[in-house]
Amino acid sequence: MSVVIIGAGHAGSQLAVSLRAEGYAGAVTLIDAADALPYHKPPLSKTFLKDPAALPQPLRAASAYDTAGVERRTGMVTAIDTAARVVMLDGEALLYGDLVLATGARNRMLPDLAGAANVHSLRDLADAMRLREALAQAQRVTVIGGGFIGLESAAALAGIGKSVTVLEAAPRVLARVAAPETSRHVQETLTGLGVTLRLDWTGQGYRRDGDRVTAVLGATDDIPCDLILVGIGAVADTALAKAAGIACNMGILTDAHLRTSAPHVWAIGDVAETPHWQAGAALRIESVQNATDQARHLARLLSGAEPTPFRTVPWFWSDIGPLKLQIAGLAIWADRRVMRDEGARLAVFHLAGDRLMSVETLNSPADHMIARQLLESGRTPPDAVMVEGAAALKAWLAQG
Amino acid sequence: MPQITFVEPDGTRREVSARPGESLMAAATRANVAGIIAECGGSAMCATCHCYLIDGALPEAEALEAETLEFVAQNVQASSRLTCQITVTDTMAGIVLQVAPR
Ligand SMILES: Cc1cc2nc3c(=O)[nH]c(=O)nc-3n(C[C@H](O)[C@H](O)[C@H](O)COP(=O)(O)OP(=O)(O)OC[C@H]3O[C@@H](n4cnc5c(N)ncnc54)[C@H](O)[C@@H]3O)c2cc1C
Ligand code: FES
Repeated sequence: MSVVIIGAGHAGSQLAVSLRAEGYAGAVTLIDAADALPYHKPPLSKTFLKDPAALPQPLRAASAYDTAGVERRTGMVTAIDTAARVVMLDGEALLYGDLVLATGARNRMLPDLAGAANVHSLRDLADAMRLREALAQAQRVTVIGGGFIGLESAAALAGIGKSVTVLEAAPRVLARVAAPETSRHVQETLTGLGVTLRLDWTGQGYRRDGDRVTAVLGATDDIPCDLILVGIGAVADTALAKAAGIACNMGILTDAHLRTSAPHVWAIGDVAETPHWQAGAALRIESVQNATDQARHLARLLSGAEPTPFRTVPWFWSDIGPLKLQIAGLAIWADRRVMRDEGARLAVFHLAGDRLMSVETLNSPADHMIARQLLESGRTPPDAVMVEGAAALKAWLAQG
Repeated sequence: MPQITFVEPDGTRREVSARPGESLMAAATRANVAGIIAECGGSAMCATCHCYLIDGALPEAEALEAETLEFVAQNVQASSRLTCQITVTDTMAGIVLQVAPR
């Protein structure tokens, strides 16, 4: 009996320690390409860039792995043989009883910009260190993409005195992930921090000087820059699974028990495309909560628990300068919104007909915490109660 | 470095050396204190760094911490704190925190 985990990010690290907590008795091997104590990714685009002395924040102490009897290995897994139940780790063959793919996602890159010396993206600690170092020599920063990582970084960099321009092809930032009202608040805040927002942006190419990009060319004007940060989303790292004949779509396909198409092979975290209980459709969710909850769920299954489908209320956060954006649930099937805009705080309730699907808040942790309990309960309060406030929602929920 | 005591869920007392400037949660994580999971890394999202202050004094909770705690579902008491929201100072030496049950 043994479990080999590929990828020691939020999902893989959690699984390794949770297996032991659930009483798993076999060997646990946790492999990662990077030789670092597994660390929190979210701070990389928030606090880490601002402070040249900031250290990575470990997910858990090294002793936590030792106590749990987890063997940590550094190296790249290059092939999987699902028939022989073997993975190749830098040329060495490792046998597994069960194999867990927790390989995460990789950033998308604009092909025209790949390889340029002053072009950056932000996914892991090495990226963040390289970017932080380069910032010492850069004043004008252009962020391509108005998504979470781009906007968090833009706010952080404006906060340390950089001249930041964000280029976004859509008419508003966060267009795919947040309500228009949320986008508007975020845009106003960023502008207040001194960030220049260029929405509806259509790029016309780049000006170069040797291996550096010195300007992004637009339809009407050019944006000169010392450094470019590309934040246009991520794709699941499915290459390894595909080569092994494991079924993939946008991610590695799993059933509701996190099982892939190959026997004794499982997938969790950013890389997994898993049927979602709210819709039945398979989804790939990029969040810490999804990664760690899937890890704990799989730890129970592999430790012999009665199999139950994976089902949690998703939650997510993003810190954009002084704004705390918090999201509970998934809004993708919603068809109407109920809003409470108090200026300093905002709560947006997304409903599908008469059913609450998701709640998005800015600087309103009370609404967020109660939203998670509401979504867990499956109950939908009357619109008037949502409009009234978090205390009213709490009272309504308590009435049962 | 101020010494902080964490009482783990099974009653074990752990004395931890905290660094001024880091959060109480970070000090506990570094020392592998049982029950401090700190899933969200200090973003006041997960409440898995929830402790009760059982001896000593701490500065008042700020809005984010207080509001999050007020609306957390489980086991909140008057002495509840989110340790990720508290920055360690030298004056905190000797305080005792009990890890909240989940
Ligand atoms: C800058 C940034 C900010 C973020 N902010 C937030 C936030 O505020 N809130 C939130 O909820 N989420 C946030 N996220 C998303 C969150 O970090 C991810 O959802 C989470 O890391 C997913 O965990 P994972 O274990 O699936 O993948 P990862 O954490 O990406 O780990 C995958 C690991 O697999 C390793 N690996 C891949 N292939 C191989 C191989 N062949 N051999 C060996 N090792 C391999 C990689 O080295 C990597 O360490 C952020 C992400 C980034 C990059
Ligand atoms: S670490 Fe998540 S709330 Fe404190």
